[in-house]
Amino acid sequence: MVEKKFTIGWVLRNIFLWFIVVVMVFPFLHMLSVSLSGNVDVMKGSVSVLPMINGKIGATLGTYKHVLSNPLIFTAYRNTIVYTVLGTAAALFVLSTGAYALSKPNRLLGGKTINILIMITMFFGGGMVPTFLCIKWLGLYDTIWAVVLPGAFSAYNCIIMRTFFSQFPKEIEESGKLDGLNDIGILWYLVLPTSGAVLATIGLFVAVGQWNAFFGPLLYLNGSEKYPLQLILRQIVLQSVMDNFASGDSAAGANLQYAENSVKYATIIVSILPIIAVYPFLQKYFVKGVMIGSVKG
Amino acid sequence: MRATKNAKAEVLPNSPASAKPEWLKKLTDGKYLMILVLPAVICLALFYYFPMYGLIIAFKDYKPFIGLLNSEWIGFDNFVRFFNYKYCWRIIKNTFLLATYNLLWNFPMPIIFALILNETKNMRFKKTVQTVSYMPHFYSTVVVVGLLTMLLSPNGGLLTRMFASIGIDASNVLYDSRWFRTLYIASGMWQSTGWSAIIYLAALTNVDPQLYEAATVDGAGKMRCLWNITLPSIAPTIITMLLLNMGSIFSVGFEKVFLLQTPSTYETSEVIATYTYMQGLRYTNYSYGAAVGLFNSIVCFILVIISNYISKTVSETSLW
Repeated sequence: MVEKKFTIGWVLRNIFLWFIVVVMVFPFLHMLSVSLSGNVDVMKGSVSVLPMINGKIGATLGTYKHVLSNPLIFTAYRNTIVYTVLGTAAALFVLSTGAYALSKPNRLLGGKTINILIMITMFFGGGMVPTFLCIKWLGLYDTIWAVVLPGAFSAYNCIIMRTFFSQFPKEIEESGKLDGLNDIGILWYLVLPTSGAVLATIGLFVAVGQWNAFFGPLLYLNGSEKYPLQLILRQIVLQSVMDNFASGDSAAGANLQYAENSVKYATIIVSILPIIAVYPFLQKYFVKGVMIGSVKG
Repeated sequence: MRATKNAKAEVLPNSPASAKPEWLKKLTDGKYLMILVLPAVICLALFYYFPMYGLIIAFKDYKPFIGLLNSEWIGFDNFVRFFNYKYCWRIIKNTFLLATYNLLWNFPMPIIFALILNETKNMRFKKTVQTVSYMPHFYSTVVVVGLLTMLLSPNGGLLTRMFASIGIDASNVLYDSRWFRTLYIASGMWQSTGWSAIIYLAALTNVDPQLYEAATVDGAGKMRCLWNITLPSIAPTIITMLLLNMGSIFSVGFEKVFLLQTPSTYETSEVIATYTYMQGLRYTNYSYGAAVGLFNSIVCFILVIISNYISKTVSETSLW
């Protein structure tokens, strides 16, 4: 059965899909172009999806140099990296140990109860104010642990991992036991080394979540020296906090003017660059994660 | 070693372990599992169930300096205060409408997108479209709202200029309360359609191709196949996703509303979550904020239970 190619359906479908592609890519190209353009062109508003310098196509990294030399952004970037690394490590530790134990509810005392308690958190929670107060009562307020720890455990990720671990071959576990390994040893020496895919998937979910976290840091951190990138990004892009920023620092003797929009877009690009850089390589893991999660646990 | 084998194992007839009650057996046999589950249980307790316990401040007049336990019980006063607040109805209505419109628009979109994409036989093009459409899912809320704000900026935002060139004045869209919901929903659509479609695309690949062949032999057209084969095949996935989304019909993502709203759009943009934040954390009326938040959670929870019950009776698909 060879299909006719150019039916009306084919034409409409392709128009629709190309429209989607353009809508998805266009804003990104625009941001990139503006951030690479000369400030005169940006202020005139003549840049759309190609970077311009003085009316001609061209690119300059001047704005990026300016953005990256800003100490506020530098600190925030470092904070975000620290939070992301620690948050991901904590989550992988808590989730892999917990999910492995919970994948054996018949052998774990209270395993079924804990599984139900985890389910409940998907549909009901303490809410914003009590959570905030608990962070305070626990003495975590305004420490990096307030940002790193609350996100470590999540019902959704735990169920994905539990489903994955429950498919681990029983024979291998039994043989581990005969070799004198206890459950911790089996997890460490036998299960985890073959669970790269699920660890990568969950690790990436958590890492992206930490990288993009805004609400938690906004509530639980108090000093801007601890702020992650997203909070600084909000100040610059949404609240236009640019005093002595867009105008270039006179201390360096430069009387360069930076177009406000170029600075904002360059900051956004800098903040999403790590995700974009790893995205093509890791895409399949993300997709796999959604698939494992869709298997009802 | 023998004691660690489970009850089904063949070697156990006169093992002492079989005489013990089951919980005691689990205690010895599963002690390493209990150690392993400990960190997760601690996290669960500290960051999920401790805050749920903290909800009792909704029924107290909590004062930080006298502590949670010594604060006075005031019953439902905080709830009464909320229902007597002059904008109470507006806030509830805004929350409900924003979430409902969002569900009505953004629930079907990924399904439609997946169905159309699934028809494409050109695998490379399909892959490209998919890859590109996932991308916005990984942008943070701050980036999406920042982008939206800048594209629609009255001072030469790209979209403002494009609309102006075809004679539409869009310079006030960001500050006009009539446009708030549209912006919220459209940006959500841009960000999540591609990603949410993954699960439907996967369900579609599991449909048996022989069904289509048989139907085509019987003279069924494209639409007929869609209606009688494709949709019934992915219906369980659709219903499960709908159920998961039902809980959110009365709650909206706090972050995006908070970042996107301006005082001039409060008429449509002030929702329960932002009100809770303002009252509970900005003005530190902890008890009152917790009460408003609790009201919201309870409504969400009831909605999930009701929709799950309906789904269970109608279609035999349920979340638990």
